Formats: sequence, structure tokens, C-alpha cells
Amino acid sequence: MSHSQKAAEFVQNEAKTNWHNETLWWVRNKRDISTQKIPEWEELRSLGSAVKENVMTNLADYLEEFEKNATANGIHVHWAADGQEHNRIVQSILEQHNAKKVVKSKSILTEECGLNHHLEDIGIEVVDTDLGERIVQFAKQPPSHIVLPAIHMKKEEISELFHKHLQTEEGNNDPQYLTEAARQHLREKFLNADVAITGVNFGIAETGGFVVCTNEGNADMGVHLAPVHIASMGIEKLIPRFEDLGIFTRLLARSATGQPITNYTSHFHRPESGKEIHVVLVDNGRTAQLGREKFRNSLKCIRCGACMNTCPIYRRSGGYSYNSTVPGPIGSILSPGFDLKKNKSLPFASTLCGSCSDVCPVKINIHEQLYEWRQVIVSEGLDASPKKFAMKVASKVLGSSKLYFSLGKMARKSLSTLPNKMIYNNLNAWGKQRDLPKPPKESFKEWYKKNRS
Amino acid sequence: MSKPKVGLFIPCYVDQFYPQVAIASLELLEKLGCEVTYPMNQTCCGQPTANSGYEHLNTSVNDLFVDNFASFEYIVCPSGSCTLHVKEHMHAEGKPNESLHVRENSYELVEFITDVLGVSEISVVFPHKVGYHASCHGLRGLRLGSGSERNIAQFNKPEQLLKTIEGLELVDLDMKDECCGFGGTFAVAEEALSVKMGKDRITDHIKHEAEVITGYDMSCLMHMEGIINRDGLPIKVKHIAEILNGAGL
Repeated sequence: MSHSQKAAEFVQNEAKTNWHNETLWWVRNKRDISTQKIPEWEELRSLGSAVKENVMTNLADYLEEFEKNATANGIHVHWAADGQEHNRIVQSILEQHNAKKVVKSKSILTEECGLNHHLEDIGIEVVDTDLGERIVQFAKQPPSHIVLPAIHMKKEEISELFHKHLQTEEGNNDPQYLTEAARQHLREKFLNADVAITGVNFGIAETGGFVVCTNEGNADMGVHLAPVHIASMGIEKLIPRFEDLGIFTRLLARSATGQPITNYTSHFHRPESGKEIHVVLVDNGRTAQLGREKFRNSLKCIRCGACMNTCPIYRRSGGYSYNSTVPGPIGSILSPGFDLKKNKSLPFASTLCGSCSDVCPVKINIHEQLYEWRQVIVSEGLDASPKKFAMKVASKVLGSSKLYFSLGKMARKSLSTLPNKMIYNNLNAWGKQRDLPKPPKESFKEWYKKNRS
Repeated sequence: MSKPKVGLFIPCYVDQFYPQVAIASLELLEKLGCEVTYPMNQTCCGQPTANSGYEHLNTSVNDLFVDNFASFEYIVCPSGSCTLHVKEHMHAEGKPNESLHVRENSYELVEFITDVLGVSEISVVFPHKVGYHASCHGLRGLRLGSGSERNIAQFNKPEQLLKTIEGLELVDLDMKDECCGFGGTFAVAEEALSVKMGKDRITDHIKHEAEVITGYDMSCLMHMEGIINRDGLPIKVKHIAEILNGAGL
């Protein structure tokens, strides 16, 4: 189903659409308040963008530097060309340790690779330990937002899920009660885990270490209790130097939720004695995107989710309307690179309002890339033929002043003389819930000819 | 000083459906001391096709546009969106200098008045409560205002002019620069969302007791007017050129 079909379904429930819209706008507002407290905010954005520009330009070198330094620290570094290879590598590490129970902190990359399904299929218990991710895992759903995975669910729905899975009291919707139940449940999972999997927010080439940002401390809890830590990391997550990190930790949490910094900013440099750290570096389409000049800087993304919170489309259509691991504006410029045909409606799920580009902490020109993907989709012949035909006619008419003049006159005349039944029908999407403008007797051109020339 | 020579670019849908907006733009520029010409062979800037992914079909549209406007000192248009498209994409094959001239000298009407003519006050009367709609392409593309996303010194060129009008009271909005959902072909391709976004915008203006929504893009106003008329809502739309030119409600 295309984005427009899914969005049309979503907005049918107007009360829920309004609630979703207002909830995310509230997060956007928190972001505004916290960014306005920093006079150098725009400078930070420029710095973040420039550092990432440098990384994208020299990615191969930084990756090798990272591998060398991480290995010297005693970290095992693995390379995965795609999601399947990533999953096989994780599987082989689990098998080496005869691991059956895995706790996982939030990682959109493992969602992208379909890791949970892969591990469950071979009999491994995977427990997502981020509260929002645990909620959607109970509901057998993917996250609908990259920072707020269960933002589409109301507390009543969560209460029902917890009643079913955690035997909480039926109808008790108190958020504190429900969170406490999740906490007790997860505590037991942490204590018994064989392996902890985390994502990576920033890998530092200079030190070979990496940083994981969470609000719940669940990454630390998992890593400190389990003997083995596997960190899945997209190759674009690198920054060159340790001193660059401050730019990004300042940008990330403020953009994501309006916090000055995430509650936990966990640094991992080397394994504790007797333990192991594995980093799996994943390409999965990233070098292909790096090769697309107009779309390359989409890889600067630090996954803050600000473009989703600000997007008037996302707020009113929900994360699932995008049918893609990363929804919202940034997803709509990343996903076509993975599968153009499947994601061909996404670059059109935008009015090109540009708010995404202005909130982006690393200044990705998201709305301009949406425009460029539209050109690619059409040139690859993936656009529907009625529209193709309409556009050919439009360009003919608008390319000729004579045709434009006479057809404009005819259209206005028909609109003023035809009965409404013929104007407002199924073929007229504009007129389903909107009136057409009342056609004037004369166009400006006709007026000008009479009055001025 | 000689009069600024302006080529008036009127968007196709304004020419066809809102001639009063074009007339107001023409009269306003003349009142402000410009020598204004409307090139008769103009049609459209090509944005509807380009934003739909068909920029490659725009060869003759672009040729026509550059031929019509390359000879003017300034090209002025009562639409932020069409102006932005011209500034970002207008290019006629084999005419790089003319194309560049057109791109660099195209102005949206309000920014032309404030930035080029240096006018900071308009002496007309409009004794009404007005809601200002900051259309996206003018706001974030042409930077007619600072926008709520960026942490920079606040400015707003259209509001600055509107505030000088006698009797005009600008209302505050809950969301001062949210998109109305027009978006060109988005309005039909994503009909349900487009209408929902439009309704939300109108509700904000009505909630703050605006009698009329104004802005520099008639396309956004046309979309909201379509919903207002269908649902019989107690509010009107009026292009900023009409108000600046002294029109009544």
C-alpha cells in the first residue's frame, strides 16, 4: 500500500490523529525551548554537519583507523556487507558462547537487519530492554518512531498489553504502575542474559571506542551483567576524534527530546577482564548511498528523530504509514536507496515544507533530496501512467502561450457552466472535501489586454 | 532616480482564478513607483511538473519563461512558492547568462517591497482581525521570516508590513508556521492528509478569532478557501497584495 492510502486510513480516526499530532508537536516544542537556551545552536549544527562531511569524504580511512584502534583495545571487529551477514555474525558469536538469552538495547540498525526474527527462528530469546521497544515487541509491531518506538500507543493500550504479558491488573492505566511492572520484569531478564546487544551512536576513529546514548540505562545494565557485549554499528556512525564527540552529544538529545543530554552517555573502550566486546560494522546499502552524489549527505543522520516530530505529515499519518524501518522525512530519503520500487511513494509524502531541513542537527537538506528522489523515481519509469500522461499534457500546455490561453479560457468556462455533478465526482480528488475556486469572467491576461495594452 | 523596471510574473492559477490578486500586485507596484510590464506570453514557472518529478519535461516551459523575463531589471511575483522555484531551478538550454539573470533577480512581492524598494510602511486602512499564514516556500526557502526552527534573531517581512496598516490587528496563532497541506500535486495525491492539514490550520485561525487569513501564496489560500467554502466556515482568505493595495474585506 502506498503512503497516501495508509495515511488516509490513519486520519479516519480523527481523535487519535489529533492526539498523535499534538503529542509529537509537544516533543518538537521541548526541542525548541532547549535549543533556544544555547546561543551557539546554529554554529553547533554547522560544526556537526562539517565534521560529518569530513567523515563521509574519508570514510574508508576512518573505518580502518577505528578497526586498528579498537582491535588494539581488545575489541573484536567484524565487517558485514549486508543485514544477513550481520545476523550470521551475531549468530556465530552467540553459538561460540552457547548463548540462549539475549538482552538488547535500542538499535534501529538491528531492526533494519531483521535481527530479532533471525535469532528467534533459531531458538534464541531476544528481549528488547528499552521500555518503548519492549512494548512494541509485546505487540509484535516494529517501532513507529526511531526515538519513541511506542509513541503511537496510548496508555490504555499499553495497560492491556501488560495485563496480557506481565499479568498487571486489568484496567490499571497508571503509567508509574505499568513502568514498575516492566522494570521488575526486565530486571529478571538482565540478570539471566548470556549476551547483551546494543547499538552505537558514535564510533570514535581516534580511540577505537564507541558511545551508546540511552535514557533508561538499559544498555549499561545489559552490558555490565552479561559476559559478552555485541555492538551493531552502521559504518556512517563514525566521528574522527574524541574531542568531536561533545558537538554531537549536545546536538543529539536536544534535538530528540529537548533534554540537554541523554540520561546515560556510556563510553565503551575495552572489555572488562574475562569479558568480550564485539563490534559489527554494517554497510547494508550505505556505500551505495555514499556513491549517490545528491543523496550522500543523508548518511550524516545521527538518528535524533527531530524531523519526524516536526513533520506535519508524520505527525498526522503515524510511523507505520511509511512501511519502512526509518519512517518520516529522513526515512523517505534513505529508504528509496534500499528499495526504490517498494518505497517509491515516500518522497511524495511531503509538501516540501522544509521544516525537516531546518530542525536537522546536522543540516541535511532533506526536502531538497525528496525533490531529487522524485526525479529519480520518474526517470526510472516507476510513476503511475495516468499521472505520467497528465504531466506530459501539462508541460505541453504550459510550454505554449497559445495553448495555455485558449485552454485556460475553456476550463474556466466549463467550470462556470457545467453542473456541479459533473465537476465534483470520483475523478476530482480536489473536490472531495474542497470547493474549487469560483472561475472569474476574465483572466488577468484578458483584463490586462483590455486595460493596459 | 529612474523607476525600477519590473517584469510582473503572475502564476498560472492566479491568472486564471484570482485576477484581482494580479491587479492588486500591479497597482501596488505602480503606486510604489515602479515601471511595471506584464509580458503577455508568459504561462507558468513549471513547478507543478518539476515537483512531481518531471523537471525533465520543462524544456519549453523554461525557454518561454526566460524569453519573457530575461530583459527585465527585476522579476516580481505575488507568490513565494513560484519565486522559489524560479530561483532554484529556472534554466533555459543554451542561455546560461539569461537564466542566471532571471534566477538572481526574481523576487516575491513582499520581499521586493521591503528589501529592494526599501518600503517599511504602507498607508492603507484594514480594520480587521487578520491571521497571517506563513507559506513554507517563502518562509524556509526565500527566508521571508526567521522560522520557529532556527535559533536566530527573529524577523518577519510580511508581518512587519502588515503591522503598519491602520486598524489591522494580527492575531497570535498556536502554530505560527505550520504547513497548510497544499503542496501542489500533494493536495490531490495525498488528498486525505492535505485536507486534514488544511482543516487544522483554519481551526487555529478561527480559534484566535481571525476574520481573514492572509499570506503571500494564493495556492495555500485557495486550498484553505476550498475547505472554508465547502464547510461554510466563518472566515475568509485574502492575498496580502490585496490588503496592501487597500482592498476591503
